[in-house]
Amino acid sequence: MNARVGIITFPGTNCEQDCERAFAALGGAPVRVWHGDTTLPDVDVVVLPGGFAHGDYLRTGALARFSPIMDAVRAHADAGGTVIGICNGFQVLCEAGMLPGALRKNAGLKFRCKWVELKVENASTRFTSRAGAGQILRIPINHFEGNYYCDEDTLETMRADGRVILRYVQNPNGSLDDIAGICNSSGTVFGLMPHPERACEALLGSIDGAVIFESILDNARVSA
Amino acid sequence: MNYRAEVRVKLKPGIADPQGQTIERALPAVGFSDARNVRVGKLIELEVDASSSLEARRRIEEMCERLLANPVIESYSVAIDESVGA
Repeated sequence: MNARVGIITFPGTNCEQDCERAFAALGGAPVRVWHGDTTLPDVDVVVLPGGFAHGDYLRTGALARFSPIMDAVRAHADAGGTVIGICNGFQVLCEAGMLPGALRKNAGLKFRCKWVELKVENASTRFTSRAGAGQILRIPINHFEGNYYCDEDTLETMRADGRVILRYVQNPNGSLDDIAGICNSSGTVFGLMPHPERACEALLGSIDGAVIFESILDNARVSA
Repeated sequence: MNYRAEVRVKLKPGIADPQGQTIERALPAVGFSDARNVRVGKLIELEVDASSSLEARRRIEEMCERLLANPVIESYSVAIDESVGA
């Protein structure tokens, strides 16, 4: 059976169609979920896509974390379900406290829209099981606030536990320890600034994003 | 009583502030070469109904903890306009 992928749409989200298309093309069964809903449909995976949820007012992700659907998203992760936040979705997960730290404005105040190389630092997660350890993935970024920050103790803990999953080969935004993607302590919630959904078809210039999405689909089917 | 307040939200010391750095670099271009340590924050004005300024302050501090500031990277301070609560 195809893994069911719930794609949350907030007002201002703009990558939901890309995520839907990519997951469908890779064999998932995507379904859109409106942020104002209070329950999730029967899904294995929850995606918080990129965009500008609630206009990014106050801070990126600050208002989205209080959207009605977020309690159900948290419960899904607590029950062992997979959650992935991409770009703005990563910012929402940090604001919601489902991932540690925060995403600051990019160093140099530069909006970064470019292809980057990412090193897979941990290939034994449910998000990277199709990758080889140390594999380099070519995936685009597109953000103004991707400059990851957390306190030293948190960074030390995440490093020791293999929770820094992706690092930039060349740091584009000032992110602490070159961090591009991290997961929570139970390994169920993954946040990353790069956009895998934009690198799942050869026509777009790279299919490396499919490594991440196919890993998610593989492991969702196993756990379902 | 109706209390007016100002909430100042600042990046914590040590958190890099690219906006402040950019402004600091721009000031000499318009003739001010003597500005240092420029930091940018937010000023939020609001009014609350409360029975005392102490209660107003408590409510606003709760708002800061829950929403107005991100405690990971920001600190906040609350100033209540005592003259208005009457």
